[in-house]
Amino acid sequence: MAEMDTSSGGGHKKGPGVKKGKKLSTRIDLTPMVDLGFLLITFFMYTTTLAKPKTMEINMPYKDPNMKQEDQNKIKESVALTILLSKNHRVYYYEGMATDPNKPPDLKVTNFSQKDGIRDEIIKKKKEVDAMKASGALGPKDETTVLIKPDTTSTYSDLVNMLDEMSINDIKVYAIIDITDIDQNFIKETEAANAPVHQ
Amino acid sequence: MPHAKLPRKSTNIDMTAMCDVAFLLLTFFMLATKFKPDEPVVVKTPASISEIPLPDVDIMLLTVDTRGRIFFSIDNKLMRNDLINVIDYDKDLKLTKEEKASFAIDASEGIPFSQLKSYLALPPDQQKAMEVNAPGIPADTSVLAPNNDLAEWIKAARNTNPKLRICIKADGDASYPSVSKIIKTLEGYKIFKFNLITNLKAIPSGTAAYQDANQVKKPS
Repeated sequence: MAEMDTSSGGGHKKGPGVKKGKKLSTRIDLTPMVDLGFLLITFFMYTTTLAKPKTMEINMPYKDPNMKQEDQNKIKESVALTILLSKNHRVYYYEGMATDPNKPPDLKVTNFSQKDGIRDEIIKKKKEVDAMKASGALGPKDETTVLIKPDTTSTYSDLVNMLDEMSINDIKVYAIIDITDIDQNFIKETEAANAPVHQ
Repeated sequence: MPHAKLPRKSTNIDMTAMCDVAFLLLTFFMLATKFKPDEPVVVKTPASISEIPLPDVDIMLLTVDTRGRIFFSIDNKLMRNDLINVIDYDKDLKLTKEEKASFAIDASEGIPFSQLKSYLALPPDQQKAMEVNAPGIPADTSVLAPNNDLAEWIKAARNTNPKLRICIKADGDASYPSVSKIIKTLEGYKIFKFNLITNLKAIPSGTAAYQDANQVKKPS
């Protein structure tokens, strides 16, 4: 026990004439101190932020206003997957970059769901590129490239979800690009074509 | 009549051990604690699988709420002091000493330069009330736009502390254009590397990142 044994036991006996001084107990009631301790613990537990926020590091492509147009588009059509983020967390995607105005891309719509979402498309695209690399159609340096074009109606969570898909699926080359009028038109056309089905 | 005497046990319990535990825990919490910073608006950040923790020092935090309002804050009080001097000089706000001191202790700013002086002159509780309805710091997609206050803040803050790491803490429901304004402004200053603050979520199984994470753990 923490308190000292103050009762005379095995100590030397004092003479019969010696009066024993009355000894006060050295025990202190620690209950209030414990109360105080736990009160403070409760306070600190409530005010503390134990879960530190996590961050996502992002590198935007280097942009120079003096850069020439022909230097910019060096990605091959066959490795590119363009993803358009639109309203209500809808995701439109097409193969390639739609650089040829005579051949409009086949725009498809999907979402961020776990099953049959955009992730499956990214994995599929990656496999295709890997197969082309294996067959020699593409050089060893070619990588699957995803172009992310958020629409003005998309939200920040769409962008973060999309960037997250890049790290989930280990896509090393991707870029966030401004949406063009051409892409906006693609979305509008697809929406118009699909409208009766949705309603 | 003789009957067996039961020894009476004391009802006193020795509290020393419990006291020790209580204070041990207290010490732990006191050392491990970091008080929740005063946040101007409630922001619900989206989740990602990224596990990089947010650094403690040298942070410039740009908060974007659901309505797209931008709030600016930096962590160090001394730095805030330097910053307001630079801003005062650059924008010719003619701030008094008290107003500058008020800036140094204030957590975040969501006021255009034109209203900054009158805002800082208010006592702290009224500043909070004003911040609730604050318009946010005006931003634009171009650095050179005359109303791009955010660009001025970023420039001044980076001049006072070149090591500043830029973090964007935006609400998941904030529209993309409002976040894009910040990104464009940063790009205008040739800052291409910055952090987005997110919550942690589990890596979905069967994906490349999942395999990667599990491979690292296996060889041990």
